[in-house]
Amino acid sequence: MLKPARVQNTTEAEERAVFRGTALPWVFLLPSLLILAVFVYLPALQTLRLAAYRANVILGTERFVGLANFTELLLSPAYRQVALQTFVFTLLTVTLGLLSALGLAWLASRPIRGANTYRLLLIYPYALSPAIAGTLWLFLFNPEIGLVNKILGALFDVRPRWLDTPSLAFGLVTLAAIWKGLAYNIVFYLASIQNLPGDVMEAAEIDGASGAQVFWRVAFPLLTPITFFLVFTNVISALFDSFALTDILTKGGPYTGNAGATTFLVYQLYQDGFVNFKTGAAAAQAALMLALVAFITWMQFRVGERRVHYGS
Amino acid sequence: MAREVRGSVPALPTVGAGRGKSRHGRVWVTHLALIVAILIISAPLLFALIKSTQISSDVLSPKLIPGGAFFDNLSGVWVDAKLGRYMFNSTVLAVSVTVGKTVLSLLAALAFVYFRFPLKGLAFTLVLLSLMLPTEVLIIALFDLVSQDLKWADTYAAIIVPFLASATGTFLFRQHFMNIPTSLADAARIDGCGPLLYLTRILIPMSWNTIGALAVIQFVYAWDQYIWPLVILQNDDKQVVQVGLRRLIEVGGQTDWGAVMAGAIVTMIPPLIVFTALQKQFSRGFALTEDK
Repeated sequence: MLKPARVQNTTEAEERAVFRGTALPWVFLLPSLLILAVFVYLPALQTLRLAAYRANVILGTERFVGLANFTELLLSPAYRQVALQTFVFTLLTVTLGLLSALGLAWLASRPIRGANTYRLLLIYPYALSPAIAGTLWLFLFNPEIGLVNKILGALFDVRPRWLDTPSLAFGLVTLAAIWKGLAYNIVFYLASIQNLPGDVMEAAEIDGASGAQVFWRVAFPLLTPITFFLVFTNVISALFDSFALTDILTKGGPYTGNAGATTFLVYQLYQDGFVNFKTGAAAAQAALMLALVAFITWMQFRVGERRVHYGS
Repeated sequence: MAREVRGSVPALPTVGAGRGKSRHGRVWVTHLALIVAILIISAPLLFALIKSTQISSDVLSPKLIPGGAFFDNLSGVWVDAKLGRYMFNSTVLAVSVTVGKTVLSLLAALAFVYFRFPLKGLAFTLVLLSLMLPTEVLIIALFDLVSQDLKWADTYAAIIVPFLASATGTFLFRQHFMNIPTSLADAARIDGCGPLLYLTRILIPMSWNTIGALAVIQFVYAWDQYIWPLVILQNDDKQVVQVGLRRLIEVGGQTDWGAVMAGAIVTMIPPLIVFTALQKQFSRGFALTEDK
């Protein structure tokens, strides 16, 4: 939800000191800082500590194992497969999701009759949650009673086992994730397209640029900031929001190679932490994910500063 | 910021207008593409809507004609499968988190914009960096903290309190306040107006678009919560509706899909209401935060 470029404004804020008092600002900040300290920073540190221990829930004991949890994870074929699957899933949902959202937002921004209705219809699935998406697709793609197989069976006499075939289940989860995220991306693209400088694009048109040229040469570069922002939020939501979707739709399965085909990083973390009760292994996974998110955030700031034109 | 210019978000830049008839031929392609896309996107939702209204013998057939059994399907799960209870819990969660986040981030932004104090940079960094630590990453340690140290398992506090601070909110309000001329605050101070009075009488009335936009995001975010309620709430009395959907599907053996679809439709209604009610603020609030 955040636009990285704005952090530069810090100095501007430093200059303002309208109200006096050194204790008062802390009073205003206290509730936020307290919540963050207790429910964000303390658990973050605790996660790092737990990652160095192996806990036995039944005996209630803890044993210091250093980096053993990490080396075990990184050497585990199952964890590697899960990481690779997460990477492919993220790559597919983010690129396909953003391309289709941009295309649809662009079409719905054309000066055509009924554009407002189109926009509204494209935006309203924003109310969809990952859990609802999982529930609907579970019914639609149920091999025996699902509508999709009823239609496919009647037309082509094929009834794919959507949720039992690794590649099909993976594709299904990816499509469902893209579908679920479309409205969110369209909302932001619509707002940005409407804020594009109309005069620049008109000038391009008068100079004889085709519709495609206006889009790729003028509009698309001007949309880099929002695209960039959306890439970041979409990567984060592919990593984390996919949990509810997979938990309902596939339960991480079907099993292939060394792990479930739709088991992604968070699902594995949940399995180890709350189903298999391997707290140390789960904490180590959390620590690795923390490093991953830190890396993504760092990239966002770095690339954001260098490459993206945010204007004056 | 040219606020007036962007106040009218629905107005389109007239790209491509005035290019004469050469364009006309292709307008129908745009219409066709949009209609097809919207049909594909809406298909699962229309399907759910239709199935939720059919009697149970029709639900499992490929029949796509709406029936009149929506409320029968719903009442089947509303009490027995505790859907009503889950909806109530989710509403409590989403409203508390939205209101709490708004109030706390307004106060934090007030401190960051209108005061000069030591360690301000550090405090701001701490708020911002929390964006890097999503619940999913903290869940193992957070679970220990909330269930064992605080003994909050199976309480509303467990699903509300940890989410009351908002980096996004603090950031957006700070941004918005910085665009309000300082002279206004100076004048207010000279007239003897304290910071809290300034916040409630002047800043908040000037921030409705940002508050509305943020409320939509935070409500939807809180409403969609899944993994944390799933692990911290063992007792179904406090469970939220997203996890409730899983319970509806898993209800002993034979899933009543008509009822599940009715449940899924009902689950979408509160975010839709919030979104519809605040749509204007939502687009304006975000248009205002666009850099130009």
